[in-house]
Amino acid sequence: MSALHDEIRELMALYPEARSATLPALRLAQEKHGWLSPEALREAAEGLGETPAYCMSVASFYDMFHLEPVGRHLVEVCTNVSCALVGAQQVLEAFERELEVRAGETTEDGEVTLRTVECLGGCGWATIVALDHRYRTHVQANDVGAIVEELRADG
Amino acid sequence: MAEPRLVVLQGADERDLTKLSEYRAIGGYDALAKARALAPQAVIDELLASNLRGRGGAFFATGRKWSFIPKPDQNPNPHYLVVNADESEPGSFKDNEILSRVPHRFIEGCLITAHAVESKHVFVYIRGEYLGPFEAVRDALEEIRDDERLLGGVTIVVHRGAGAYICGEETALLESLEGKRGQPRSKPPFPAISGLYASPTVVNNVETLATVPPIVAMGGAAYAKLGVENSTGTRVVSLSGNLVRGGNYEVAHGITLRELIYDLGGGIAEGRELKAVIPGGSSTVILTAEEIDVPYDYDALAEVGTAMGSAGVIAIDDRCCMVQLGIRVSEFYEHESCGKCTPCREGTRWMTAILRKLEAGEASDSELDLLLDVCDRINGKCLCPLGETAAMAVASYVLKFRDEFLAHLDGGCPFGSQSPLDGVVAPVNQHTHSPVAEVPA
Ligand SMILES: Cc1cc2nc3c(=O)[nH]c(=O)nc-3n(C[C@H](O)[C@H](O)[C@H](O)COP(=O)(O)O)c2cc1C
Ligand code: SF4
Repeated sequence: MSALHDEIRELMALYPEARSATLPALRLAQEKHGWLSPEALREAAEGLGETPAYCMSVASFYDMFHLEPVGRHLVEVCTNVSCALVGAQQVLEAFERELEVRAGETTEDGEVTLRTVECLGGCGWATIVALDHRYRTHVQANDVGAIVEELRADG
Repeated sequence: MAEPRLVVLQGADERDLTKLSEYRAIGGYDALAKARALAPQAVIDELLASNLRGRGGAFFATGRKWSFIPKPDQNPNPHYLVVNADESEPGSFKDNEILSRVPHRFIEGCLITAHAVESKHVFVYIRGEYLGPFEAVRDALEEIRDDERLLGGVTIVVHRGAGAYICGEETALLESLEGKRGQPRSKPPFPAISGLYASPTVVNNVETLATVPPIVAMGGAAYAKLGVENSTGTRVVSLSGNLVRGGNYEVAHGITLRELIYDLGGGIAEGRELKAVIPGGSSTVILTAEEIDVPYDYDALAEVGTAMGSAGVIAIDDRCCMVQLGIRVSEFYEHESCGKCTPCREGTRWMTAILRKLEAGEASDSELDLLLDVCDRINGKCLCPLGETAAMAVASYVLKFRDEFLAHLDGGCPFGSQSPLDGVVAPVNQHTHSPVAEVPA
C-alpha cells in the first residue's frame, strides 16, 4: 500500500465517520499528483473506501480541486469588488503580459497557471494575489514583474 | 486615530499573542478555568446576560443557541461544536486576522463553549485558502497538545475546506464536513437538534467564539454595557475599498458608518468623493453617501433597510459605475450558487446577463424592469439565503442609483473604462482551464 493510502487512513481516524476525510484525502492526492488526475482520484477513492465517481462528484464542487493539469506554480488574483476597486484588473493584465497567458491558462512550459479567484478574505489589504496559496497583499501592477521573476527563480 | 483593540483583539498590538506564554502572561486561559468551575448552565447564563449575538451574519443570540442543545440525558448522541471559519463573504476578512493574531483566545473560546454545551468534539471548518490562519491555529494547538488540564478531554480537529463560498452557510458546511458536496440542507431540523452526523451541534463563527473568554472573564453584565442596546459589545469591522487605511478595526457597536470610514479608515483615497457604501459584505443592501450617519448596530441598520451581515464595509468612490458593480456582484453569486434551487441557479445567471446588456447599451426600458422582476422571482423562493441576498443587493443598486441605470439605456455606460470595475475578469468568465496557453496576440 502506498504512503498516500496510509496518510488517508490516518485522516479517517480523526472523524467519527470516515467519509469526513474526503476533502483532506483529495487535497493530499492532489498535492501528490499535481492535479486530480484519474489516477489520483482512484488512489484517493481506494484509501477512503469510496468509488472514484464519488470522489469526482465531490471534487467537482470545490474550486481548489483541479480536474485538469495545472502548472507547478499557481498564481491566483482576486478580482472581487474590494480588490477590483483598487486595480485588481490591472494586476491581472500585468500577469497576463508577463506570463504570456490569459487568465485560466498555463504557460507553455507548464510552469505557471494564472487564474482569477473570488474573494480571498484580505479585502482591506487589496489587491490580494495568492502565490502557491501564500497571500501577497497590496499588490500593484508594477510589482508583477518582480513577482514573476521570483516564481521563475524558484525553479 | 489609534485603533481601539477592546475585547477580541485586546493585547494583540502590544504582544505576540500567537505564543502561549504571551497569552498566558495577560491572563490567557484563566477564563477557561473560571468557566469549568461553573456548571454548564451557569456559563450559558453569562452568555445570555452578555446578549452576545453571533458574528457570522445572522446575529442570533449565542446563549440562546447554546440553550437549544439537548442535555446529554435528552439525547445520548455525542454533541458537537463546529466552528465556522469559512469566511468568504466579499468584504470580510476579520476572522482571518482573529485566527492569525489571537489563535489562543479563539481556542479558549472553543473550549469554554464545549464545556457549556457538554461537547468533547470540536471541528474547526476553515476555508481552504486560509493557509496562514490555518497554520496559526495549528501551531497554537500544537503548543497545548499535551496539556490535558487545558484540553479537558476535548479534541479539536481543524478541517480545511476546498473553495466554495456556500460552505459558510451552516448546513452546507456540515454537509461538506461530512465529506459531501457543500449543498445546504432544509431546515428544520436545525443543527442544534440534528446537525453533524445527525447529532446535536452548535455552529458558531470564529469571532463569536473569540468573544467568549473575555465575556466569561469580565462577566456577561459588564460586557453588555459595551456597545448599544440589542447590539452589545464590540465588533471587528473589516474596512476595504477606496479608503486611505483599509484594515480590521475593533469598535464598540453604535459608532457611525461615517466615523468608521473617515476617522478609522482615513477617508476616501486619492481625494475622491464617497459614492456608496456596502455596509456588511456584498450580500447586504447598499447605502448612498447621504446615508452614512447611521450608527453601526443591528437595529439602526435595519431601520435604513440594510444589515451588519459579516461586518465587511466596502467604500466605493465616485468613479465606480453601479451597473458594473451589479455585474461583478451578480457574477460572484452566479459562480457560488450551489445549484440546488432553480431561482438561485438560473436567476443569478439572468441577472448577470441583463446587467451585461445594460452595460453594453443594448438594453431597453423593459429589461430594467425585467431585472427587478428576476430579483423578485428569486426572493423568498430559495432554500438558503444566498440567492435572495444576491437579488436584494443587486436590486438595491437599481433602486438607489436608478438615474445611473437609466442613463445606460441610451448609449451605454457613461463611466466606461474610468470605472475600476470595467471589464474585470471574474472566475465565472474564465472556466476554461486550458492546460496549455493560447498566447494572446
Ligand atoms: C451564503 C451564506 C454564507 C455564509 N458564510 C458564513 C461564513 O463564512 N462564516 C460564518 O461564520 N457564517 C456564515 N454564514 C452564517 C452561518 O450560516 C451561521 O449563521 C453562522 O455561522 C452562525 O454562527 P454565529 O451564530 O456565531 O454567527 C453564512 C450564511 C449564508 C447564508
Ligand atoms: S439558494 Fe442558491 S446556494 Fe442556496 S441552496 Fe438554493 S441554489 Fe443553493
